[in-house]
Amino acid sequence: MSLFYDTRIRAFLYQTIAIGAVVFVAWAMFSTASANLAKQDIATGFGFLARQAGFVITETAIAYEPTDTFGRAILVGIANTVKVSALAVLFGTILGVLVGIGRLSHNPVLSRLMLAYIEALRNVPLLLYLLLWYSLIISVFPPVRQAIEMLPGVFLSNSGLVMPAMRWASGFEALLVALIVGIAAAVVIERILARRRIATGKETPVATIATLAFLVPLAATSLLADISVSLDIPELGRFRLTGGYHVRPEFVALLIGLTLSASANVAEIVRAGIQAVSKGQWEAATALGLPRSRTLKLVILPQALRIIVPPLTNTYLTVFKNSSLAIAIGYPDLVMVSNTIMNQTGQAIEAIAIFMAVYLGLSILISLVMNWYNARVALRER
Amino acid sequence: MAQFEGFVADPSLMAPAARPPTRNRTWLSAYFGTPGNAVITILCLGMIFGLAKLAIGWLFVDAIFSGAPADCKASSGACWPFLSAKLRYIFFGFYHFDEQWRPLTAMLLFLGACGVSMVPRSWGRALAVTWIVVILPTLYTLMAGGLFGLTVVPTTQWGGLPLSFMLSFVGLACALPLGIALALARASSLPAIRVLGVGFIEIVRGVPLISILFMATVMLPLFMPDGITIDKLLRAQVAIILFAAAYIAEIVRGGLQAVPKGQIEAGHSLGLHYWQIMRKIVLPQALKKVIPPLVGLFIGFFQDTTLVTIVGLLDFLDTVRTAMRDPQWQGIAVLEGYVFAAVIYFFFSAIMGAYSRFLEQYFRTTHD
Repeated sequence: MSLFYDTRIRAFLYQTIAIGAVVFVAWAMFSTASANLAKQDIATGFGFLARQAGFVITETAIAYEPTDTFGRAILVGIANTVKVSALAVLFGTILGVLVGIGRLSHNPVLSRLMLAYIEALRNVPLLLYLLLWYSLIISVFPPVRQAIEMLPGVFLSNSGLVMPAMRWASGFEALLVALIVGIAAAVVIERILARRRIATGKETPVATIATLAFLVPLAATSLLADISVSLDIPELGRFRLTGGYHVRPEFVALLIGLTLSASANVAEIVRAGIQAVSKGQWEAATALGLPRSRTLKLVILPQALRIIVPPLTNTYLTVFKNSSLAIAIGYPDLVMVSNTIMNQTGQAIEAIAIFMAVYLGLSILISLVMNWYNARVALRER
Repeated sequence: MAQFEGFVADPSLMAPAARPPTRNRTWLSAYFGTPGNAVITILCLGMIFGLAKLAIGWLFVDAIFSGAPADCKASSGACWPFLSAKLRYIFFGFYHFDEQWRPLTAMLLFLGACGVSMVPRSWGRALAVTWIVVILPTLYTLMAGGLFGLTVVPTTQWGGLPLSFMLSFVGLACALPLGIALALARASSLPAIRVLGVGFIEIVRGVPLISILFMATVMLPLFMPDGITIDKLLRAQVAIILFAAAYIAEIVRGGLQAVPKGQIEAGHSLGLHYWQIMRKIVLPQALKKVIPPLVGLFIGFFQDTTLVTIVGLLDFLDTVRTAMRDPQWQGIAVLEGYVFAAVIYFFFSAIMGAYSRFLEQYFRTTHD
């Protein structure tokens, strides 16, 4: 009996019981599941990924044909998810910073308007907004047959926006490489010149040199490489538009919904961050004669950023996870593609395991990137 | 004094003494003080005016207030006859039409009980006992029937707003103890317990709610032995509980970290064991700190229960959607239902948001 009162033995006992319970439940679920699957004649394993998918995906961020494999279809789903969440995060952050600053304006009309904007977005479910934007687009714009031609070759209808697209026959890769090289060169040159200015005090025309460094590779490739490109102009047929680049209403509704909900969260975070910077910083900047806008840009925001970044990470993760609501309006993101695969092959466990693993992996990746950025902007204490 | 004479300030070198700033700002200067400010005010007012004109035009001026679907088709405004025709379906779903007083009574009882429970003075053991012994059994009997001559209504017929309230309220009530247990597991000194806690919390927080709902509705039946089927509503409810518990655990962890270590050590020196220290010393202090953020989290989960419509449960948003798909009204009432649902969700979320701010104030001014 005295053994039971030894804390070390009790600790060992508790942990053994906890692990044993988890292992037992996992084993019980696994064995019943394999028995059930064997009874229903469903093959297990990931072999289905190499089979032909055979279904159409309306929106493809990377090349895809119905003759491609299920594995390729999942990749398309991942690409679509990443595309819409990345754009929503970008636009949501820009809009949110503006709204958050507007919320702190001394102008009562502006700050109340921004308050109303934030409250309207935070107090209504995102899914409801997605459905609302989607049916608004569908009902407000005319059907394809009466599509509005806004500019020559640009058509707006309830099946989305169709505009001329560039079809590259050759030279696209070379131009892409030149663009990346140009950006990298401009950034490196800007860094070097800034260091030189700090060390020697000599001014150089940084902007001109950086622009040149950006443009020269592009100009050189376009002269030297064999580039041929044709313009694919959409045509209005009897029932549908053919050709061109098609922005679908599902994508637009999802992007608007995610962007607006992200912007409301970002606005609240930015407001809290700015308010957390002590009042003395404002007063000191005013005493130096800086106007309000420059005070905000040069003094307040760099300090507020330290407070803003950790909650911002959570907002970005939320946007990424909320993009799974796409299935409600029919945008083919990872969840919707997996759902289609699930219905076609019956391999529910594998399909759900794949998309959960992808979400988990990408969530961890986003956290890592944001933690790295946070370490960069954090206060360096000596 | 003489040697300082040469240092008497030359008035011509000094800036003229400025008058102390006078505060002659009127209420107008906040709006039109500077040209930039005036432009902002005018732009904002223009935007408000434009939106108001659009909204009033659609809601009232061009709207149809009574009539048949055909009347609505001719008008460009809102179609309110749709709402009045479909209102009972939107609120109660497929619940038997003659029995719909039951979900209505249950909902009013629930909202009334919530209203009373929100007053800090009513808090205490008596309130908790009343909820468990009186209110929840009454609500369940009203909804499910089977006692006192009430006809039995299976859960497949439950729907609408009562279902949404049930999913979020029961979900959070059950998730709270589970979340606290997970937070304690994460802070435990036993490595195996800690790893299990961290693993569960991080996995659930790393995936979207929809994937957990899919697991519960599509995958779970495969894991069940033959002949055992679990009600679909219950499965979705369990998914929401597990999801909410992981998020609650993270908030409670913040509260646990805010309790000074000396409190635990004081407990040890009094000879209390782990559970006594947690229950009597640490948790009361930690939970008090996290009540306002918890209410904020509850608002999010109240809205997140709308996702069950994707896995085919008839919650409030789903009854709104299916009402608009009614052949009689299809293509006529495309926005009215969503606008109505948005107003309802806004109303309840805004109340909870105001309550969260009130609690923050309340806990700031009282001392234990």
